[in-house]
Amino acid sequence: MYQYNDKDQTLIDERVIQFRDQTERFLKGEIAEDKYRALRLMNGVYIQTHAPLLRVAGPYGLLSSKQLRKLASIARDYDKGFCHFTTRQNIQFNWPALERVPDILEELASVQMHAIQTSGNCLRNTTTDQLAGVAVDELEDPRPYCEIIRQWTIFHPEFAYLPRKFKIAVSGSEQDRAAIRFHDIGLQLVKNDQGETGFQVFVGGGLGRTPIIGQVIRPFLEKKHLLSYLEAILRVYNLYGRRDNKYKARIKILVREAGLAEVRQKVEAEWALIQDKLELSAERISDIQAQFTPPEYQANAAQDTSHAENIATNTDFATWIKHNTAEHKTDGYRAVYISLKAPDSPPGDCTHTQLDAIADMADQYSFGMIRSTHRQNLVLADVKQADLFAVWQKLDTLKCATPNIGKATDMICCPGLDYCGLANAGSIGVAQEINDMLDSIDYVHDLGDLKINISGCMNGCAHQSVGHIGILGVDKKGVEWYQVTLGGSSENDAAIGDRLGPAVSKEDITPTIKILLDVYIEQRLNEEESFLATVRRVGVAPFKEKTYATH
Amino acid sequence: MQLIKDKQVIQDSWIYILDETPLDADYIIVPLVRWQQERDQLSKIKHLGLRLEADVILEDIVDDLSHFQLVELFIPVFTDGRAFTHARLLRSRYGFTGDIRVSGDFMRDQVFYLNRVGVSSFELNDQDNAQQVIQSMDDFSVDSQESVA
Ligand code: SF4
Repeated sequence: MYQYNDKDQTLIDERVIQFRDQTERFLKGEIAEDKYRALRLMNGVYIQTHAPLLRVAGPYGLLSSKQLRKLASIARDYDKGFCHFTTRQNIQFNWPALERVPDILEELASVQMHAIQTSGNCLRNTTTDQLAGVAVDELEDPRPYCEIIRQWTIFHPEFAYLPRKFKIAVSGSEQDRAAIRFHDIGLQLVKNDQGETGFQVFVGGGLGRTPIIGQVIRPFLEKKHLLSYLEAILRVYNLYGRRDNKYKARIKILVREAGLAEVRQKVEAEWALIQDKLELSAERISDIQAQFTPPEYQANAAQDTSHAENIATNTDFATWIKHNTAEHKTDGYRAVYISLKAPDSPPGDCTHTQLDAIADMADQYSFGMIRSTHRQNLVLADVKQADLFAVWQKLDTLKCATPNIGKATDMICCPGLDYCGLANAGSIGVAQEINDMLDSIDYVHDLGDLKINISGCMNGCAHQSVGHIGILGVDKKGVEWYQVTLGGSSENDAAIGDRLGPAVSKEDITPTIKILLDVYIEQRLNEEESFLATVRRVGVAPFKEKTYATH
Repeated sequence: MQLIKDKQVIQDSWIYILDETPLDADYIIVPLVRWQQERDQLSKIKHLGLRLEADVILEDIVDDLSHFQLVELFIPVFTDGRAFTHARLLRSRYGFTGDIRVSGDFMRDQVFYLNRVGVSSFELNDQDNAQQVIQSMDDFSVDSQESVA
């Protein structure tokens, strides 16, 4: 894991002082509301329904056990005992008091954490694959590049007041687990014909009100040019991105309106002028890579036989292994998903007791590290197979072993009406109802891979437009209704879901989902054909017909 | 009016002359349109400054930069970050060595950035907090990108 040097630490310490001063000035009435709003947002502070929300950065989703314990203590001391993991690998507290936010920031700074640029119209946290460094389908560990980008983005003086927010994601694997096609910039590590590794660069992807799939602006970018190319894109965006309408201000709209060719031409022209100046040296890359070297794996980990025995004798354990663990580059190890999608708790929430216990488990079983995932779960990436049984048992007592990763009950869900001031409709309640409907885990497993995403409004924080089933809360004359889409995906086969038909009422949303699942079971060729594949083969029509026939 | 230049509070000796006003001052800042219309006459003025709006295309004026001792970047609203790029390019790409001034709706909490992208003077929109503005230029003692101060 990247360890802060003095410079990094000084920067975040000074930020605490600066934000404390800004907040005090605001509370004394010395900063206008609109100006303080911009300032607090750039430090992750929203004002929402009940209280401010504080979003803490989780750089590319990597957290140490020490940091997790700090989050636990903040949840205890400043919040209502829990925090929430977001789709961009960040951490949110829903109940802090504004006056105490500077104190929270000070606590965070003591463990190399901060809330800088987690919101606002600036360069946001760079995200990546939760299996970075351990995935079997990985070309190269993307995290060193994420770290290089992190350093470049933090307080970038030229790009602190962009037309709109700007998000970058990096993937080093064949299978895209970081939704890079739905980011302002997506970077995919690839090999060119000469066998050199570099980046395929996507631009103009995004979700929200206008979901758009990113396009390739450059098929291959040498690593040494990473920052100059990013800078070129950002400069073009800062100058030409629309500032007259916040809903048209993302780079995706610039790309759509000007066309990829024109944006590319501008970017490449700009890049030609700066590429020599901002070149990344091989030493700089290898210095950062040295901070992400693999931990000391046990050479004989694969010789353990207990794991196979446990699988053979305990079906619950075997089921959990099948659904909640992933293959690992190193023999004898697996990556373990910690499900934050227990049936009775809001998706992505984690209590302080869970956080502390997970931190202990990370220390004992996974080299002290935890990752957060794009789908709002956690991962212990380096667990020896001999330890898996104990890990499962402990997670089970924490209610973090629901074997549902990538399944129907592993829903992405935004805070919705429960917390968010912008919401049109509840989302946590809908997730809860769907969970109750899917009460048999065998049924959930029979449904196979299924991504259900639920957002409480058009802003689409829970990425409903790329859910296999997307649910979007809409307001009809003050009443909560839900718009359903089918067939979206944020992975390699990126797609935006198609509308099922007219919105359905709150009472009808869960029955509607049930109908969709029944139609799927009826229509699928066999158990191997996933929900998404079935929708793509048969189209929306059969689903639509059944849904609206009964209403 | 007061302004901050090189981290000092000083009296502003420059006058901004609108499109129609006669040119009767020693230190004159003109808008871009006027420069384009009265270029010959204006180039004779010893102390000439140019005011640029946020939507300026820098490439259109870079060949003329040698005529100006000062470039003023007007910030229409504090969220408009184009001036940050303009300042940086004026300094680092187009080699402008004169004074780069910002005016308009910038705020104290932005001067650290503005200073780093090459802005050298700040027209105060709130005359009372000059010292705090100067202080804020040093809000951070370290950085992760190169500056063009
Ligand atoms: S999708 Fe809408 S309701 Fe949900 S968190 Fe985002 S802004 Fe709030």
